[in-house]
Amino acid sequence: MLRLIVQRVLALVPLLFLVSVLTFSFTSLLPGDPADLIVGQQGTPEQYALVRHRLGLDQPLVERYAHWVEHAARGDLGTSFFNSVKVSDAVMQRLPVTASLTAVAALIAIAVGLAAGIAAALRPGSAVDRIATLGATFGQAIPNFWFGLLLAAIFAVGLRWFPATGFTPISTSVGGWLASVALPAIALGFASSAAIARQVRSAMVGVLQQDYIRAARAQGLSSRRVIFRHALKNALVPVVAVLSFQITVLLGGALIVEQVFAINGLGTLAITAVRQQDIPMIQGIVLVMVAIVVVVQLATDLLYGFLNPKARPS
Amino acid sequence: MTDAPLLELRDLRVSYRKRAGLGLRTTSFDAVKGATLTIRPGETLGLVGESGSGKSSIANTVLGLIAPAAGTMRFRGTDLAALKARYPSGLRKDIQAVFQDPFSSLNPAMTVEDIVTEPLRVHTNMTRAERRARAVDLLAMVSLSEEHLNRHPHQFSGGQRQRIAIASALALEPKLVVLDEPVSALDVSTQNQIINLLYDRRDALGIAYLLIAHDLALVHHISDRIAVMYLGHIVEEGPADRVYTAPAHPYTRALLDAVPDLDPAQQRARRARRRQLAPQGTQRHAETGCPYSNRCAQVMPRCRSDAPPAYAVPGGGTAHCFLLDPGANGAGHASDRKEPALP
Repeated sequence: MLRLIVQRVLALVPLLFLVSVLTFSFTSLLPGDPADLIVGQQGTPEQYALVRHRLGLDQPLVERYAHWVEHAARGDLGTSFFNSVKVSDAVMQRLPVTASLTAVAALIAIAVGLAAGIAAALRPGSAVDRIATLGATFGQAIPNFWFGLLLAAIFAVGLRWFPATGFTPISTSVGGWLASVALPAIALGFASSAAIARQVRSAMVGVLQQDYIRAARAQGLSSRRVIFRHALKNALVPVVAVLSFQITVLLGGALIVEQVFAINGLGTLAITAVRQQDIPMIQGIVLVMVAIVVVVQLATDLLYGFLNPKARPS
Repeated sequence: MTDAPLLELRDLRVSYRKRAGLGLRTTSFDAVKGATLTIRPGETLGLVGESGSGKSSIANTVLGLIAPAAGTMRFRGTDLAALKARYPSGLRKDIQAVFQDPFSSLNPAMTVEDIVTEPLRVHTNMTRAERRARAVDLLAMVSLSEEHLNRHPHQFSGGQRQRIAIASALALEPKLVVLDEPVSALDVSTQNQIINLLYDRRDALGIAYLLIAHDLALVHHISDRIAVMYLGHIVEEGPADRVYTAPAHPYTRALLDAVPDLDPAQQRARRARRRQLAPQGTQRHAETGCPYSNRCAQVMPRCRSDAPPAYAVPGGGTAHCFLLDPGANGAGHASDRKEPALP
C-alpha cells in the first residue's frame, strides 16, 4: 500500500508540469490583448507599449513561462492585471466557498447515490428499483442551473426556508453556512447522485449474483453483513472510478451553480477574469482547480488500491 | 445405520416465481416437485441428475438460501422449512457449504484469514487471536500454511482456492456440508487431491456430506448412498454400489450409459442403448404420469397416466418406476390398486 502511495505521488510531478505548460500556453493563445483593454480606445501607442512592458507582455513566451513557474513554485501566482490584487490572495479568499459547495454536493451525491443504488440493487425490478431508476434518469437529464432555479423558487422564494442568494462562511455561523450552501449543493449534487446511483446499482446487482455472496449467505451471515461487508466493498471498485470523475464534474458545475445563487466563489472570479483577459488570474485559478482535481484523483487511486487487492503492486 | 437421521426432507417442493409481461403478473415454476431424502450422521449422499433437474435447488434450500414452497426439512429434529426467519445460529453453524467454482466463491476483497475466520466471527465469541490460531490449524488441515493468511484469493491456484473454501466450510466443525459440484471446475489432477481431502475430513470429523454432482463415477466413488433426480423428482435412491452397478430406473441406466467407457465394445453397447433411448423432438417433461415417460424406452401405457410410487429395489433403496411393480410384472396395465398420488 505504501509503495502504491509513493508511486502515485511521484507520478504527479510530470503531470503538474504538463498542466502548467498547457494552461500557460492556452491563456497566452487567447485572441485579443489585455493591454488593449486596460489602455482603452483613447490610449496612445506609447501608453500601450508602457502597459505591455509593465505587464511583461513584451517578453518572449518562454521567458514569461519560466518567470511564472519560478514564482508559482514559491507560491506566488502573480498579480491581477487590473486591480493589483495578488492572485493567490484572491483565489484563497474564494476557494473555501467553492470547496465547501463542492464538498457538500459530493457528500449528498455519495449518500443519495449509494442509498438509492443499493436499495434498487437489492430487489431488481421492484417498485423501489423503478422509482430509483426513474429518479436517476431525471437527475441526469435536468441541467443543474435549471434545477437550482427551481429549488430557489420553491424553497427560498416560496417557502422561505433558505436564503435565495449569498454565502455565509462556516466561521461566521455553522447553521447559516449550512442554510446558504444547502440549495446550491443539492442542485449541484443531484445529477452526480444519479450517476453514482446507476453505477452502484449495476455493480451491486453483478456482485450479488457472485458465488461468494451465496457462499457468505450459506455460512449463515446476516443480510446486513453480506451486503455491507461482502458485497459493497467489491461493488465500490467500479463506483470509485465514477466518483472521481463526478467530483471533477461537480467542481466545474459549481462555477455555474454559483452564478445562479449569486455566490462569490471561484466561478465568479474566473468568469470576471476571463472577460477581462486577466491572464495571471486565469492561470492561477486553473492551476488551483487542476491541483484539486489531481489530489482527488490521487485519493481515488489509493481508495481503488484499498478496495481491490489486485490493483496493488506486489 | 440405526442412527436418527441428521437431515430428513419430506415431500419438499421448491418454486421460483417469475415476473411475466409488465412485471405485474407472476408465474411460478416448480424446480423441485416433492423430494424425499434422508441423510444420517457421517453419511455421504450423492445427488445426481442433469442440469435443471433441481439438484442445486435442493442444496440452496437446505442451506436456507431459498424457502421451500411446501414439505418439511428436519435437521437434527427441527423443521427448518417451518422457520419463518433465518435458521437459529446453533443450527445454522452445523450446515456449511463448498461451491463449484473456487474462482468466484471466494470474496476477492478479503484475505485468506478473513475468509477462513468469517464463520467463526459470526457464530462464535472467539477473540481475534483465537480465530487466527484456528485459521492456522485449518489451513494446515488443507495443506496450506500460516504464510498464506494475509494473501488474497487471486494469488492462489484453483485447487488451493478450493482448499481455502473447504477450510472455511469446516471452521465451525459442521455436522453437514453441502458440496455443490466441488471439483467439476478443477483440472483432473487437482480433483483427486480435493476428493481425498474431503474423504479424510469426513473420516476424521464424522461430517455428513450432501454431494451434488453430475459425474456418476465420482459420486459412486465417494458416496454411501446415491439419489437420482430427474426434472424435479427423485426417481431412484439407494446404496451407492447398488445404484451404480444395478440401476433400477431407466433414467439412471441412461445416466450411467452417458459415462464414456474405456472398453470399445462396452462403449458401443452403451451408445446403442443411448440411441434407442430418447425419442427426438418430444417434450422433455410429461404433463401427467411418470415425468420420464416421454423419453423412456420402456414406456408403458400406465406410465402416461399414473405417477409411479416408490417401489423397493432388490439390493436396497427405492425407485419410482412401474417396471418394479411386483403386481404388474411389467405387463403394461394399470393395476386396480390405488396408487398413492404423488404431487
